[in-house]
Amino acid sequence: MTQEHIPIDSTETIKKTRTESMLLNIGPAHPAMHGIIRIVAELDGETVVNADVEIGYLHRAFEKHSEQSGYLQVIPYTDRLNYVSPLINNVGYCLAVEKLFGLEITERAKYIRVIMSEISRITDHLTCIGASAMELGAFTVFLYMIKAREFLYEVIEAVTGARLTISYTRIGGVKADLPPQFDAQCRNALQETRKVLEECDQLLTRNRIFVDRMKNTGILSREDAAAYGITGPFLRSTGVDFDVRRSTPYLVYDRFNFEIPVGERGDNYDRYLCRMEEMEQSMRIIEQALDQIPGGPVLLDVEGNVIPAETMVDEAKMGRIEGICGKTANVDPTLGGAGKAVYPQIEAANKEAVLPPKEDTYGNIEGLMNHFKIIMQGHGIRPPKGEVYQAVEGGNGELGFYVVSDGTGRPCRVRVRPPCFVIMAALPLMLKGGTLADIIPTFGSVNMIGGELDR
Amino acid sequence: MNTGSFTSKLDAMIGWARKFSIFQYPFVTACCGMEYMATACSHYDVDRFGAGLPRFSPRQSDVLFVVGTISHKIAPVLKQIYDQMADPKWVVAFGVCTCTGGFYDNYATVQGIDTIIPVDVYIPGCPPRPENVLDGLIKLQEKIQKQKQE
Amino acid sequence: MPDLHKKLKEKFPDKAIEIHNHRGDETAVIERGALVEAAQFLKTDPEFDFNVLMDLTAVDGLELKWTPRFEVVYHFYSFAKNHRLRIKVRICEKDAALPTLTGLWPAADWFEREVWDMFGIRFEGHPNLKRILMYEEFSGHPLRKDYPYNKRQPLIGPKN
Repeated sequence: MTQEHIPIDSTETIKKTRTESMLLNIGPAHPAMHGIIRIVAELDGETVVNADVEIGYLHRAFEKHSEQSGYLQVIPYTDRLNYVSPLINNVGYCLAVEKLFGLEITERAKYIRVIMSEISRITDHLTCIGASAMELGAFTVFLYMIKAREFLYEVIEAVTGARLTISYTRIGGVKADLPPQFDAQCRNALQETRKVLEECDQLLTRNRIFVDRMKNTGILSREDAAAYGITGPFLRSTGVDFDVRRSTPYLVYDRFNFEIPVGERGDNYDRYLCRMEEMEQSMRIIEQALDQIPGGPVLLDVEGNVIPAETMVDEAKMGRIEGICGKTANVDPTLGGAGKAVYPQIEAANKEAVLPPKEDTYGNIEGLMNHFKIIMQGHGIRPPKGEVYQAVEGGNGELGFYVVSDGTGRPCRVRVRPPCFVIMAALPLMLKGGTLADIIPTFGSVNMIGGELDR
Repeated sequence: MNTGSFTSKLDAMIGWARKFSIFQYPFVTACCGMEYMATACSHYDVDRFGAGLPRFSPRQSDVLFVVGTISHKIAPVLKQIYDQMADPKWVVAFGVCTCTGGFYDNYATVQGIDTIIPVDVYIPGCPPRPENVLDGLIKLQEKIQKQKQE
Repeated sequence: MPDLHKKLKEKFPDKAIEIHNHRGDETAVIERGALVEAAQFLKTDPEFDFNVLMDLTAVDGLELKWTPRFEVVYHFYSFAKNHRLRIKVRICEKDAALPTLTGLWPAADWFEREVWDMFGIRFEGHPNLKRILMYEEFSGHPLRKDYPYNKRQPLIGPKN
């Protein structure tokens, strides 16, 4: 015998079930929220109905501090804005102040700034992809990418003397020239990075788990991206080929041959691919810059008169001073400034605005006085009255510095246009409609940097 | 029977065991996080000191690494996380911002986390180099070894 | 250079109070009441076509004895035309308020919240005008020049 099938009226059941959304608080201290941020997600089952983002946990009053200190003293604070790519912030700020002065820096300094900016961009993307891959379970990729970043940090350290917070640029140039073996060291680091990227590409790009979680999640349309003022890899993943380096070239970016990778769908996977390709393009720029960079006496060892400082010290200790007379020491940049002989090559000529080399400050009275006049309060450098906005391409998009000068030694206002601020504003838009698990890859692809977001 | 000698031996043994099984809670807020990452990863390898496994739940961790600037907005969160940790617990102030506020002497920043929670080891530097961090970790291990075990 | 500021002046001869081009940054100071009208024009006019609000901030001119005290600064950008324009609006301290631009550019939402938080300038019609960087318990607006840079208002712990 057959049992009578009783049909269940599904609409009736749904009507009886009481549904209400659930609020889930993520952060501010949460393992997947690298940096501190709070997301309050309104959930219907596993679907995100709405999300609210709260920021400001790392507000360190950059803009207020800038008003308190002289123009040169702002540079260390800019390091700590986007601390994954500090050199780009340095460059952006210095370009803005130089624009206020109407100051043109030397060719070599421009190339040095480009090279260092691009190295920084690579470290930025490495950290972003590594961290977001780790949050999806790909811990190996994180370890590999940090290994690659370590190679680049070694290059940065050789040039600037510090790994992370470097304050390398100066208004009117850079702190010191490149170290003697820079070319080879940099190319070597790039080669190592390429190897790592190849490995990571094999681990991630066609990895089923990774692709499934990244593809078609966190989609942002081209129109929304423009409406929210989003730039950088995020905008490019939606198919717009906007890049400040191309649209309003600064420094010497117009002399290089590089491509701007664009995506199609504007999802997390496209953003990942964009960042991966951008690293390759940055390496291309660095290699071209290394080929084109105008030389300097330090690298050429003029007439055999320049010898390394360590050798000179060693010789003197041994009492062999005959050979030393009449020779100049070539001081390592990590000891505060490279050889004096090359300074004209990396500094603008304006002595009202440009700090003297460290050797002069420590070594002779004129240099010390010049330094004093520029650094001491009440003296200082004084850009003419006016206001400028200077945009550079940061790791996350257009990084703008709006500097207002009132003609005194302190800036009247320094405003940073933080690229990831607007992306965070659009985050609820990307999370809506997705599942709870999509929050992690979407947030990871933003590359939220607290220092830049909250300033 | 000399109980004093016995307990001190036991203390030393517990201390030895504890110092090599540090489960840390990284409270990462800012720039120092980059150097924290560098220290934790393969190049500097914090695992050699038995501190390689971060626990992201305060209930399961022994050492609170406060990495990066603490603003007044996040300070109550930090205090709450510290309170949630089970004893015995230690706190490492990573970076000069957590030690004294660093050069962020302004309306938004806490002037040293020791105004909110007790600190065992201070690692200054802006940010500290990975070698410096490892040195701080070794100092923490010494402290754990030598202290009276509860 | 397209001289957008001059064209804007031609379009709004009495609303654009002042124009200048300092170091290549084209700037127009717009009368407060004409902000929305000008913004609408800038966004929709095919010659200007500003589809991106790049930045929105304010400047406090207390120490410079500006009258009126505040300047709200808008930076616009056009993807299609690849040009930029800066618009400034001056407002006084007593009636520090402007109409919101969130309807035209959603990017204005957070930027306006930040300006409110830091300068205490209200944006009328803003859907959610509350503090963004500081906490609700904080009183005062820190980027105003008369707010001492180290006046702390801790939630817990000593004031130091």
